[in-house]
Amino acid sequence: MFNYILKRLLAAIPTLLLLITVAFFLLRVAPGGPFDSEKEMPVEIQRSLAAKYHMDETLLQQYFRYLANISRGDFGPSFQYKDFTVTELIAEGFPVSLSLGSLALFFALIVGVSIGTIAAVKQNSWADYLLMSSAMSGISVPNFVVAPLLLLFFAVYRDWFPAGGWGEGQWRYLILPVLALSLHYVAYISRLMRSSMIEILQSDYIRTARAKGLSLSQVIIKHALRPALLPVVSYLGPAAAGIITGSVVIEKIFAIPGLGAYFVQGALNRDYTLVMGVIVFFGVLIVLFNLLVDVLYAWLDPKIRLEYS
Amino acid sequence: MFNSSSKTLHKAAQLPKHGKSLWHHAWLRLKSNKLALFSAFTLLFLLLMIVFGPYFSQYAFDFIDWEYMSIAPDFASGHYFGTDALGRDLYVRTLLGGRISLLVGLVATSVSLIIGVTYGAVAGYFGGGIDSIMMRLVDVLYALPFMFLVILLTVVFGNHISLIFAAIGGYIWLDMARIVRGQTMSLKNKEFIEAAQAMGATTPAIIFKHILPNLFGIVVVYITLTIPQVILIEAFLSFLGLGIQEPYTSWGALVNEGALDMEISAYSLLFPAGFLAVTLFCFNFIGDGIRDAIDPKKS
Repeated sequence: MFNYILKRLLAAIPTLLLLITVAFFLLRVAPGGPFDSEKEMPVEIQRSLAAKYHMDETLLQQYFRYLANISRGDFGPSFQYKDFTVTELIAEGFPVSLSLGSLALFFALIVGVSIGTIAAVKQNSWADYLLMSSAMSGISVPNFVVAPLLLLFFAVYRDWFPAGGWGEGQWRYLILPVLALSLHYVAYISRLMRSSMIEILQSDYIRTARAKGLSLSQVIIKHALRPALLPVVSYLGPAAAGIITGSVVIEKIFAIPGLGAYFVQGALNRDYTLVMGVIVFFGVLIVLFNLLVDVLYAWLDPKIRLEYS
Repeated sequence: MFNSSSKTLHKAAQLPKHGKSLWHHAWLRLKSNKLALFSAFTLLFLLLMIVFGPYFSQYAFDFIDWEYMSIAPDFASGHYFGTDALGRDLYVRTLLGGRISLLVGLVATSVSLIIGVTYGAVAGYFGGGIDSIMMRLVDVLYALPFMFLVILLTVVFGNHISLIFAAIGGYIWLDMARIVRGQTMSLKNKEFIEAAQAMGATTPAIIFKHILPNLFGIVVVYITLTIPQVILIEAFLSFLGLGIQEPYTSWGALVNEGALDMEISAYSLLFPAGFLAVTLFCFNFIGDGIRDAIDPKKS
């Protein structure tokens, strides 16, 4: 297992390197720069600014300087937010994004698995059809449509929840964004869960367990749930990546001060270091999460566990 | 009497004269899937509306009607869906936005189709070292947070529509390549490929004449599932203000404007959101239906 994790971590290095390279050169070939302003700046000031941020070096030199810095965990200073390093900005925005994202993922997992299991047990009943067609609408309606609709109905027409802001993470502020962010994943997970649960429930050992006299709920909790979760677990990697991207939109709509807001703003302002910092940070996060998912998968599936050991 | 004769006729038609092909079975299964059929008709209706609908309005998509701003649907003035905050007709804008959204969906899907199928078929057919290098590249690309790169790309190079096509198409082919590769690997050891090889067919001929036609089913399924995905990504970018630019519009951009304006007139949100959701819904149901129909285990 340890060897496997090590191998996976090593395999992540080319991915991250490619990500950094593509993002770095994309940003730099873009027209405009971080110090563009309405007013004409004296040449001396421009030159000293460029020297301070090492912008006077060749592009390749800057690239290798950035790689060297980042391997030491130094993301550099932000161009736009004066007196802040990118690390400080990430440390400020990430806890907000993290609580939003992890709550959404957790909610999607719990509700999706429950809905999928119910639909599988009641296969081809009206409840099944109802749940699965609502799941299909959940998949089809994107989060940036769900979010304004939720706002319209629950914050504008009915004054139940605040229409935006973070409120230091109070639950009243959290409900609508978490709901908007997770709905798609609730729907997807419930569909996955339903089809895998139906397959498991038809297998012989479930029949044996039922024949022994165990109740349906006991059979599901003790015997069926764990194997039926496998497809859901392997979907968690893409789901987490999607939730991270989705949070960019959700943070914009609900005016939540998370990392996603920094990213879009940073890209528009040509804040090279901030944009790079957020991309690299999210890249590492996604790689680590995928690894975690694979380890979890091995833990759930004895066949795969044997392969690794 | 007429009834009974039509019944016998019906019975005669059911007798298998020729064995039914796999495709015929798939078609029968698809026809009996009411949801998929309903979705197909709805989509057709939407398509006709998007293509011909704008001609039934007296307003141009960028015409500003100073008399009517942010109004609810109103037939007397000819604003069937109402107007947006600038007084532009929402009916025309929603349908024209649909043209852009669907166009992006079709073009980017075609790009992904060409790249993905060729790439996957080549990797799967040759196998070995070539395959593992090619698929390693796909793995690396797969692990990138691509939406961020697409956002970066549109921010950097401006919001050019062709760029959006290319960016989305260049990302979405990865799934297709993986699926096609898997299918090809199982196909290439079949007897008919061996026969073609024995008859002296060249490798490109085998790939294009014998492997690709057999991938048709699975590719069709993934096309119908890719189109809504692409429409979604374009809408996502437009929603962030990075996609299509004024005065042109797409569903994503309209949803964005509608969301800003919803306290005054909810219709400017509800109409484009509704069109977008229904279209995605239909594509997803059709894709699901075809997938179930093609799966021989379901017969």
